[in-house]
Amino acid sequence: MKNILVVMAHPKFEHSRIIKGMVNEIQEMPNVTIRDLYELYPDFNVKVQPEQEFLLLADLLIWMHPVYWYSAPALLKQWIDLVLEFNWAYGPRGNYLKGKLVFSAISTGGTDAAYTTNGKHGHDLADFLLPFRQTAALCGMKYLPPFHIGGTHEIEPQKIKQEALLLKSLLDSLSQTGDHSKVNLLPKLNHFNP
Amino acid sequence: MENGFLYQAMIYLSAAIVCVPIAKKLGMGSVLGYLLAGMIIGPFVLGFIGEEGEDILHFAEFGVVMMLFLIGLELEPAKLWSMRSMIGKVGLSQVVLTTLLLLLVLKVLGLPWKQALAISCSLALSSTAIVLQSLGEKNLLNSAAGKNSFAVLLMQDIAVIPILALLPLLAMDSEMVPEAALHSPISQFSALVQTSFVFGAVIFIVVSGRYLLVPLLRLVAKTRLRELFVGSALLIIVGIAFLMEMVGLSPALGAFLGGVVLANSEFKHELESDLEPFKGLLLGLFFIAVGASINFGLIGENFLVLVAATLSLLLLKSTLLFGIGKYNKLGTDQNLIFSLGLSQVGEFAFVTFSFASQLSILDASTTEFLMAITALSMACTPILLLINEKWILPRVGTRERESREQDSIHENNKVILAGFSHYGSTVGRFLRANGVQATILDFDSDRVDLLRKMGFEVYYGDATRVDLLEMAGAKNAIIFISAIEDPDTNIRLIGLLRKHFPHLELMMRAQNRADAFEMMEMDVQHIYRQHLESAVRMGRDVLIKLGFRAFTVQRLAQNFINYDEEALKELIKVKDDKKAYISTIRRTISMQEELLSSELHRRFSLNDHAWDASVIKEGLKEQKEKDNS
Repeated sequence: MKNILVVMAHPKFEHSRIIKGMVNEIQEMPNVTIRDLYELYPDFNVKVQPEQEFLLLADLLIWMHPVYWYSAPALLKQWIDLVLEFNWAYGPRGNYLKGKLVFSAISTGGTDAAYTTNGKHGHDLADFLLPFRQTAALCGMKYLPPFHIGGTHEIEPQKIKQEALLLKSLLDSLSQTGDHSKVNLLPKLNHFNP
Repeated sequence: MENGFLYQAMIYLSAAIVCVPIAKKLGMGSVLGYLLAGMIIGPFVLGFIGEEGEDILHFAEFGVVMMLFLIGLELEPAKLWSMRSMIGKVGLSQVVLTTLLLLLVLKVLGLPWKQALAISCSLALSSTAIVLQSLGEKNLLNSAAGKNSFAVLLMQDIAVIPILALLPLLAMDSEMVPEAALHSPISQFSALVQTSFVFGAVIFIVVSGRYLLVPLLRLVAKTRLRELFVGSALLIIVGIAFLMEMVGLSPALGAFLGGVVLANSEFKHELESDLEPFKGLLLGLFFIAVGASINFGLIGENFLVLVAATLSLLLLKSTLLFGIGKYNKLGTDQNLIFSLGLSQVGEFAFVTFSFASQLSILDASTTEFLMAITALSMACTPILLLINEKWILPRVGTRERESREQDSIHENNKVILAGFSHYGSTVGRFLRANGVQATILDFDSDRVDLLRKMGFEVYYGDATRVDLLEMAGAKNAIIFISAIEDPDTNIRLIGLLRKHFPHLELMMRAQNRADAFEMMEMDVQHIYRQHLESAVRMGRDVLIKLGFRAFTVQRLAQNFINYDEEALKELIKVKDDKKAYISTIRRTISMQEELLSSELHRRFSLNDHAWDASVIKEGLKEQKEKDNS
């Protein structure tokens, strides 16, 4: 059974639908730990040591957040700045995260169609996630395709539920030891078929 | 020696202390316990007290006056106004119908109508003391039975005025009326003048309550001498009682009126909790005196007649009451409590009987006989209520759940805030700005007044009194905030809350490190040192003014506070070792200094290299050297 660490950042979680839907579905899983950053560090003073301890114990890391202006909410960036220290996460002696899996579980206002070359945002979603992919790479982690729920402004509750259940079965599957190289070929983890 | 004050006080108190707990244990309520205590120490059993019991009775009737003042305090004018139809309908019908019925019975028995009228008027009244005390102990005052009983008792208190006026007219021969027997000092005036005196007195109480008593209490409260406040509370009641006796009104009625007038004042709860013990003791004394006055000699001689008379009187009164209750749509179980509860003859009958005998309406032996009936009927009430509760009620229908009315303090508030100083008001304002209403307790009447004007719900009283806490809804609250400055009060409060309301989450204001330390020893989880945040913020601003970058200093300040709190937690672990304690304090101080200076020199603490390129440069240089070698 692999340990899963969800680093979740939502500045207004109480109004959230998508992120909260995902959290609700997975929080009871025995091998899942959720770090609710805006609840833990309302003053942005992220404590490095406990965060690094959680990271050390995890086999799979999930950055879970809504996408704002093509990036993560400020506190997740703060978390990355502070926790992924030189000579701990990267650098000559920074090898504590090597080999771990990581992916982004995100929600966007735009639909899948908006995130295409000809769409409203002019680029694929993966293009926007490049900083996260490279952050993972620098730390020697394997960055999987994103788990993405789009069109958040008009999505139906049952669709959220359906996607959240899909995430749960995905995590169930990734928790098992074995070869997960196939998921890496999917364009989005949402296409995962249990 | 035997008649000395100390001897008597000792006898009364020890009788009460022995009998009341036993009676309570047996589920009989304190009233029966006091009555039994009175019978036992009275002239006919142990004989510890003799005829002076009568004087005690008059003195102790003051307990009834006090009780009605306290009831008045609970009843705001608006509430009383909403009861008016109940008082008029239920109350008046009880007084009139019972008097008429008794008059008829006595007439049939062959008494002359003047005697019959005097007796039936007196017997129609019930005992405020016994009924309210018994119902209060069973938490029934707010039930339908309690409210109707109260309406009847209130009407009876009003009825006292015409009854006292009526008695002299019934005297066999008006010339026989002795001067001394005239019931009030103003009786020599004409009826019109007397009436105007009565109305004048009532108006005086209402007006002075608002414009004289409240400012007076405010003045006294400012001295912060509690005994002076208790003294003024007693003075108010004694004054009202005196005034009422002057104009020939019932002192209890006047006190009730005074209570209603003060019910809206900020001193309501303070007055209540200050007078409660006096009322309790005096009422207890009153019941003991009633018990002691039961003439067992007379009862022994006329046992059957007396018992038969008492029982038939109880039956008559309660049947009529039951009918009235039924007509006013009381449920059967509530109606039983209502009708059995009010079935006795009240303490007021002692007054009217002796008055009537002075007026020669009644002869001495009849008076004795009637007084014995009165005392017996009073002693029967707690027993009847007990029988009703234990054996009758479980058989008739389901018990109505008493509808507990909300106190004027919002009992459902989740947060109680004690102390509304600058500190507390800041907390309270912040909570209110975000839609959270806290029940607020404060000790400073000036502040209470001011804040009330500003629309806050602030109540005046000492937060370390359990009864006040209970009234404030500590049972239903979740969080208790103490914004009280005085450390001793806070420590006492913590102990008290832990004992009586262990479910409350405590959030305590502490003056300084030493205070906080003491609270931590009591295992309080949430302690707020009043100067910590503000002082660190000031220091932060100083550093910014001196040219440090604001965000860097902000992080330093947060770390400093965290560190400071952690250090206190470390200290608590070594509290028992005095030597270690001192050295640990030293260590803490030096650690703080070290922490600060190292952060400043190295731009950040040892563990925090965020946004700090120098560390990366060093690391890379180290790596390069390794590669080269």
